[in-house]
Amino acid sequence: MATTLSRDAVAGRPVDPAAPLLAVEDLHVEFRIDAGTVRAVNGLSYTLRRGETVAILGESGSGKSVSAQAVMGIIDSPPGFVTGGSVRFRGVELLDLPEAERRRVRGDRIAMIFQDALTALNPVFPVGWQIAEMFRMHRGLPRKEAREKAIELMERVKIPSARTRVGSYPHEFSGGMRQRVMIAMALSLDPEILIADEPTTALDVTVQAQIMSLLAELQQQTGMGLILITHDLGVVAEVAEEVVVMYAGREVEKGPSLPVYHQPAHPYTMGLMDSLPRRDVHTERLQPIKGSPPDLLAIPSGCPFRPRCPYTREICTREEPPLAAVTPERVSACHFWEEVSRERAGA
Amino acid sequence: MSDRDRERLFTSSPAPVVASFEELEAEPIIRREGSLYADAWRQLRRRPMFIISGILIVILAVMAIWPGLFTRADPRACDLADSLLRPSSQHWFGTDVQGCDYYARTIWGARVSITIGVLVTACATLIAVLLGSVAGYYGGIVDTLIARLTDIWFAIPTILGGIVILRSIFSTRGLLQVSLVLIVLGWPTMLRLVRSAVMATKEMDYVDAARALGVRNIRIIRRHILPNAVAPVIVYATITVGVIISAEAALSFLGVGLQLPAISWGLMISVAQNRILTAPHLLLFPGAFLSVTVFSFILMGDALRDALDPRLR
Repeated sequence: MATTLSRDAVAGRPVDPAAPLLAVEDLHVEFRIDAGTVRAVNGLSYTLRRGETVAILGESGSGKSVSAQAVMGIIDSPPGFVTGGSVRFRGVELLDLPEAERRRVRGDRIAMIFQDALTALNPVFPVGWQIAEMFRMHRGLPRKEAREKAIELMERVKIPSARTRVGSYPHEFSGGMRQRVMIAMALSLDPEILIADEPTTALDVTVQAQIMSLLAELQQQTGMGLILITHDLGVVAEVAEEVVVMYAGREVEKGPSLPVYHQPAHPYTMGLMDSLPRRDVHTERLQPIKGSPPDLLAIPSGCPFRPRCPYTREICTREEPPLAAVTPERVSACHFWEEVSRERAGA
Repeated sequence: MSDRDRERLFTSSPAPVVASFEELEAEPIIRREGSLYADAWRQLRRRPMFIISGILIVILAVMAIWPGLFTRADPRACDLADSLLRPSSQHWFGTDVQGCDYYARTIWGARVSITIGVLVTACATLIAVLLGSVAGYYGGIVDTLIARLTDIWFAIPTILGGIVILRSIFSTRGLLQVSLVLIVLGWPTMLRLVRSAVMATKEMDYVDAARALGVRNIRIIRRHILPNAVAPVIVYATITVGVIISAEAALSFLGVGLQLPAISWGLMISVAQNRILTAPHLLLFPGAFLSVTVFSFILMGDALRDALDPRLR
């Protein structure tokens, strides 16, 4: 891509060559609404390296999308505020950047795709126009050249007969094709990080697989880091090196994805696994996690997962479990992580 | 469950099959359907309500721009000897007290009405779009200021406010003065409409998406919000043209709008009221033109609403 801009600086600040692509540390986000303060993200940390994928896993309301919006800097404020922590992109603190410089990072260095591409595309402009807008806006390309670039990108994300479809409107595309358009827009400026907020949730299963493999392929070509926000465990296991499981705004388990899958060390993760429909075991019913996620305005004292947890004991009501190191790369926020992980150890 | 089971579970991905699905989704190129507005236009073309009001508005516009096409008589060439003639083949609409050809005057009256209607609506809409999009998009203190000011302004009744302002401030009252007063009093309703439309559109995912891709606020408003929020504004503006025309007539009728020798339907009706029994045609013709004009714009607004508001489809 004809990028003349230097990639060795972020908003005029030199990057730290030793720093990881993205380091999120102890991120706190809260929403101050009339009913009270909602602590949507409570101390989230993760590290993303070039070419790697971090999956953030959780139910609706677990804070996974909000944490991504905080990284992008697009939380509506008020009512939303990032109240603590740090988000460093190649060593440069993003939370300290003035809005104008932050904006230049968005789209160019860190891009994002959304769950429902139909609503995430502007209905009154042709898709080609919307992709071309990225080049006109960030790179100042003339209209015609930008359009050619848009066609190129549409071909790159495998939209058939891109040249004839460049003038079509979003509603004339199928769900999968719309998501491809969204991906084309996000990838237009060769971002170093792509945040995918439930990119396949609105799609049917076969199309989901296509989109995921397209993302994987593009990631291999470009070496970008991918932050995958999802509640789909299957997707995570396939593509992510690292997984962060979130519950009620907290990270409850974090680590390399395969070990976390094979031997969960938090009852919530284990519950998620058990509620999966499985092909290899015939059961009459799925096993959901009992109860429902807590109201973020009234998070239970102690461990937030306590009311739904089969391991719950007296200490759980008193003390919020600290992040315990399961292995050097893994943590779990459970007082009884050893007991939990033993459950699946020899099975 | 053994590790191997889990391995199988999580690697049972449909990913390798993808290539064959690629063709499945390669849908045939569908007929180009176009945007919301292209859709709306296709629908409008077939609606009698739109066609009738459209034709009427075109006729009125032509009448306002080239009144000479409709009448050769000079509306200001009057002969007192011809005072208060009934409609005849020579004077289609009769003559007024001064002996002026009433048909010519009625035709020429369209110019003032349409000019004021369009000018006032255009300016009020412009103010409303500028302030309303800023208030609706940025929210917070800016919104509070603009919205409360609008509310206070909104409380002033148009006609009453018009009377007070026109009588107390201006010594002469021509088209510009009357327009100015109607603009000043007309923007609040429009602003409330723009503001709420912008606030609703702001919540759309594509606005978040645009922000996530680093689009500037100004550009988001111009390219992503206004084009999607403008439909109700177009509808309301069309209706407003009619409402403003009747407001001008009302002000002129009350004697605080345009002044003689201006030619306006409101003024003509005002003069006619004293002779309603002896010369009813003086009231009838300008009244009918005024009603038809206002009616056309309101009808057009309704037709546009049906076409542009997908919820009513």
